Amino acid sequence: MSLLERESSDVVMTPDNIRSQKLHPGLNVGIAVGALVVGLALAYGFGIGNYVLGVVLGVVFYLVGLQIVAGRIEGRRAARDRMWKALIYSACVLAILPLASVVWTLVSKGVDRLDGDFFGSSMNNIGARDPNGGAYHAIIGTLEQVGIATLMAVPLGVLGAIYLVEYGRGKFATTVRFFVDVMTGIPSIVAGLFVLSFWVLIVSPWFNNGTPRFSGFAASLALTVLMLPTIVRSTEEMLRLVPGPLREGAYALGVPQWKTILKVVIPTALPGIVTGVMLAVARAAGETAPVLLVAGGAAAINFDPFAGGQQSLSLFVYQQAGDASRYAPARAWTAALTLVAIVLILTVAAKLLARRNSLSK
Amino acid sequence: MAKRIEASNVSSYYGSFKAIDSVSMVVEPKTITALIGPSGCGKSTFLRSINRMHEVLPNARIEGSLTIDEQNIYDPDVDVTAVRRLIGMVFQRPNPFPTMSIYENVVAGLKLNGVKKKSLLDDAAEQSLRSANLWNEVKDRLSRPGAGLSGGQQQRLCIARTIAVEPQVVLMDEPCSALDPISTLAIEDLMFKLKDRFTIIIVTHNMQQAARVSDKTGFFSIDKTGDPGRLIEYDDTQKIFSNPTEKKTEDYITGRFG
Repeated sequence: MSLLERESSDVVMTPDNIRSQKLHPGLNVGIAVGALVVGLALAYGFGIGNYVLGVVLGVVFYLVGLQIVAGRIEGRRAARDRMWKALIYSACVLAILPLASVVWTLVSKGVDRLDGDFFGSSMNNIGARDPNGGAYHAIIGTLEQVGIATLMAVPLGVLGAIYLVEYGRGKFATTVRFFVDVMTGIPSIVAGLFVLSFWVLIVSPWFNNGTPRFSGFAASLALTVLMLPTIVRSTEEMLRLVPGPLREGAYALGVPQWKTILKVVIPTALPGIVTGVMLAVARAAGETAPVLLVAGGAAAINFDPFAGGQQSLSLFVYQQAGDASRYAPARAWTAALTLVAIVLILTVAAKLLARRNSLSK
Repeated sequence: MAKRIEASNVSSYYGSFKAIDSVSMVVEPKTITALIGPSGCGKSTFLRSINRMHEVLPNARIEGSLTIDEQNIYDPDVDVTAVRRLIGMVFQRPNPFPTMSIYENVVAGLKLNGVKKKSLLDDAAEQSLRSANLWNEVKDRLSRPGAGLSGGQQQRLCIARTIAVEPQVVLMDEPCSALDPISTLAIEDLMFKLKDRFTIIIVTHNMQQAARVSDKTGFFSIDKTGDPGRLIEYDDTQKIFSNPTEKKTEDYITGRFG
């Protein structure tokens, strides 16, 4: 008898018998149903809760029951394997539930005002008694502000990451990396305050005959401050994943370093970089606090991000949700749905674009 | 086209660690030179110092001089990319560029260095792939990803990529260690063929391979871990494998190395 056979209680098989009984799938389902029934019966029978508690209890009973029954039939190791698998699946469902709930709530409540008026008109001259009014101005604002912020943050962030990975050595690079980490933790309202005090109050008067003014561009600046660290960090991680031998392969062909980075390293890391950028874009599109401070939140359509106040979808949601009009909540829900849809479309489009360039199909 | 390489008293350092100590050797044009020796003895380091690839690591530096046809590649006014254009390198693991097709991989060195004309690139791709004995296997799928080939094919693709830029010298760092015997044979055949045009230096752990392919062999060794590697003996391959001067060499090639 080997040491393993003597000492490990997990081993039910012997050298002469490598088979073990398997738990019948029907029995598995049976345990699940039984556990659910017992759980619901307990929850309702004692009046201690509703179906939610019943299901939770059911899952717990299922895990325990599975462990006992499978342990008898298949042996302890196999039973533990089953229990952990079941636990991981439960955790996965638990993690997806809130997301599904959010999407369902958004769709079910947002669909009311999903009409042409919503996407075609602004809130100009819409009073508390008017049922119509739309978010056209807010959609324009969000697209322009996030677009400008992306145009500023992506080149800066990607170049910064390239510096950190490919060139940066010594104290300066360490310092830059440290401050990028610090910037990651900046609350968005602080970014808004920074732009308010620096851009809106100090710089913008130079361009406006001495009067400070809100603008969509100020919002873009605040969003840039928020996007930069995310983009730098994610791009940095992706560039570090590119194997060194690929760079050496290019160097060995006499390709200069900058061209190696541009034509070999970045294309290899591109899908990951795009994912990081889209996470930053999604975060920026959903930011309310900095926009609230510096964009102005105008009710009318304003295409010019450099002059006059602009609206944005997240700010629109915030304002409509707190509005006294009985028609406002529906507008808020639809705007929230629109925001999620825009971010989703942008993400999918970016992913497709990044994949089209690479050869892996 | 092929050039003569002369190393005199080359010592290599990684920071304060001395990896090789005072290596001197002369490599004649259009020959194959094999570098053998136990792991960690500095033969790869020496190979990488011939095209300044060791500089990829921070704090790596060289003492002594390395000349290619009388030009010292370590002179301060030498452009490192120019050195690497002259002295190509094939690595231990095949490293085709994953985002490029077979065709793009072969012409990468030309294209990234500014050759734009499609007809020239097409010719160069076909010739390099033919030289690398790969043309017949891939001619119908040039636009497929290079990373989709088998290990042996990938390595020949990397050789094709290297010779496409027409270097003077080709360095090979254990090019067959990840390959099966048939692919190894294919690459050895290829080396004989390339010998007419290039000077080849190959690092290998396979002594039969060194004996089969090379004209000259250099044996590197270290006394103990932490010591710098030294070139123990450098001579005609036939002499090294039949009647070596140094006892250490004999011990190593007969498998009695401690």
